[in-house]
Amino acid sequence: MNIDINFLGILIGAIMASSVPLILAASGELITERSGVLNLGVEGMMIIGAISGFALMVITDNLFLAIIGSMLSGLLLSLIFGFLTQSLLTNHVATGLALTIFGIGLSAMIGKDFVGIPGKEFPLLFVNLKEVIPLFGPIFFGHSIVFYFAFLLPFGTNYFLKKTKIGLIVRAVGDSPISAANQGINVLLVRYCCILYGGAMCGLGGAYLSLIYTPQWIENMTAGRGWIALALVVFATWSPLKVLVGAIIFGGITILQLHMQAMGIRIPVQFLSALPYIMTIVVLVIISRDSRKIKLNTPTSLGQIFYKEK
Amino acid sequence: MIKIERRDETSNLIYFLTPVLAIFLTLVTGAIIFYLLGFKPLEALKFFFITPISDLYGLSELLVKATPLCLIAIGLSFCFKSNNWNIGAEGQLTFGGIVGGGVALLFYNHEGFYVLPLIILAGAIGGMVFAMIPAILKIYFNTNEILVSLMLVYVSKLLLDYLVVGPWSNPEGFNFPETRQFNDSARLPVLFEGLRIHAGIFIALVSVFLAWIVLFKTYLGFQIKVSGLSLKTAKYAGFKGKTMILLVFMVSGACAGLAGVGEITGPIGQLHRMISPEYGFTAIIVAFLGRLNPIGIVFASLIVALTYLGAETAQIFLQVPKYTGQVFQGMILFFLLASDFLLFFRIKFLGFKKYEY
Repeated sequence: MNIDINFLGILIGAIMASSVPLILAASGELITERSGVLNLGVEGMMIIGAISGFALMVITDNLFLAIIGSMLSGLLLSLIFGFLTQSLLTNHVATGLALTIFGIGLSAMIGKDFVGIPGKEFPLLFVNLKEVIPLFGPIFFGHSIVFYFAFLLPFGTNYFLKKTKIGLIVRAVGDSPISAANQGINVLLVRYCCILYGGAMCGLGGAYLSLIYTPQWIENMTAGRGWIALALVVFATWSPLKVLVGAIIFGGITILQLHMQAMGIRIPVQFLSALPYIMTIVVLVIISRDSRKIKLNTPTSLGQIFYKEK
Repeated sequence: MIKIERRDETSNLIYFLTPVLAIFLTLVTGAIIFYLLGFKPLEALKFFFITPISDLYGLSELLVKATPLCLIAIGLSFCFKSNNWNIGAEGQLTFGGIVGGGVALLFYNHEGFYVLPLIILAGAIGGMVFAMIPAILKIYFNTNEILVSLMLVYVSKLLLDYLVVGPWSNPEGFNFPETRQFNDSARLPVLFEGLRIHAGIFIALVSVFLAWIVLFKTYLGFQIKVSGLSLKTAKYAGFKGKTMILLVFMVSGACAGLAGVGEITGPIGQLHRMISPEYGFTAIIVAFLGRLNPIGIVFASLIVALTYLGAETAQIFLQVPKYTGQVFQGMILFFLLASDFLLFFRIKFLGFKKYEY
């Protein structure tokens, strides 16, 4: 019996680890979207974060610099998006798509000399506790610091949006930029900050993949996780705590596939992989037909260009 | 101080010249990126944009790649012009490919003249039906079509993956994730011996012509244009918004489906995992670069096809990754969108005096 419990612990731990990049990217994108900006460039910012983190790790041999650098690179890429959509008033959808396409290409160009280089071992915390406590040990201990940060982030995001004044300002800007501007709020500044924060978190999510989860650089290694993160924000109906739940469900589906293949269960893996996308569509239909539900957390001005005649 | 104000009117000439400016800026920035990565910039650009089309084979390849891009972008222009954000063309292409490919496998032992038209029709219907999902959900449940059409891309790609690995995989194929090679009667004819350019190009050209007629010469085209400019005006004029949403999605899906079926019956000749190098997403760039104008889209599809081709050539000669083409595709759209700012706004320099808002 003991072995089974440990296996369960390891399985749950693996599911949580696989949901980390989703939580990070989705939490970042959630703040961006709550300010009324739809950035479809998540995948691009994640992959740039992944290669920058890995490249910096190889060059400087310093994991701290690598993590900071990955966030900065995600931030820089989102700055392109911010400048275009906010200052030059370009269409959010088209600009975000261009960002993803550009990011995937640029990451491959930067990364061509880093293919095949082995990664470095990332320090894990509380490793000794992992062995001692049955079931909960492998779930909660022996993970990286980024892991713990990711699982605290949705709570912090929730507190920020609901309890702080700046959080209120972000929501006000997302719901009605014109009224916010009339109240004297600098809409552009708020949106720029939210876009840059989103970029940094996506960069960190990418770095988690290339530095911790599978420590190496592979072209296109984010493999659509950015799109899942985007789906996750909608699935969570723009509520940070539901992002956490959704990420574990979506992450769980990924891990389950691997185990089902190993156990020889005959459900096609592709159907499981498609589940997150189908569930997102179902959630969208449910929240969209009920106007009260969609009003609850959805930023009303999402994706609309804001321009104030001066 | 500077002041930004909306232009009252935009000159038509500038409207079609800014894409040229965007391409120029992309080339300059591309040269800088190549330089920073340690390549000789001019040589790299030459391998990218001139070498690939300096022989007949290259020109044929250019048209092979421009054909699906042009077709999809033509369809997308109907959606974008009327403010419907279908960004799932990649999914509609894939689903069209699946349905068309299914018919091709069904008629595997038939050799009649009717086989190919049947496959093409099936592909168009497949793409059309798949595009109706986001449209119907938008009409009846008020869902966001951007998110739904995007999610469906991955659903259709996974469905294709399941089919070619599982039930449709070639029985004599040693478990490779691909179907049988289609019969000759299920293939689009090649136009010239030894080149890959195929009859699909005529489908694209006909669709360009039809799109031009519909958009500029019919009442429907007028409705689409008005709805894109102002939804309020469209409602006031009594246009049936819901029917139009469904219609533009159907046109767009059918075009993407045709592109998908054109790929599998043309250059590919079977179904496998990668029937499209993200043509559906890249076509969004083509539609914008071509200014949602059928003739503009023809030119834009050639230019964007060149970035695919250039990346392949540069991969061979410069050992750069094949994804390099995407850097150029992304940049073209960045610069194009940015230069639009100058179209619709004017920057006034007011000197350094403090001025009242």
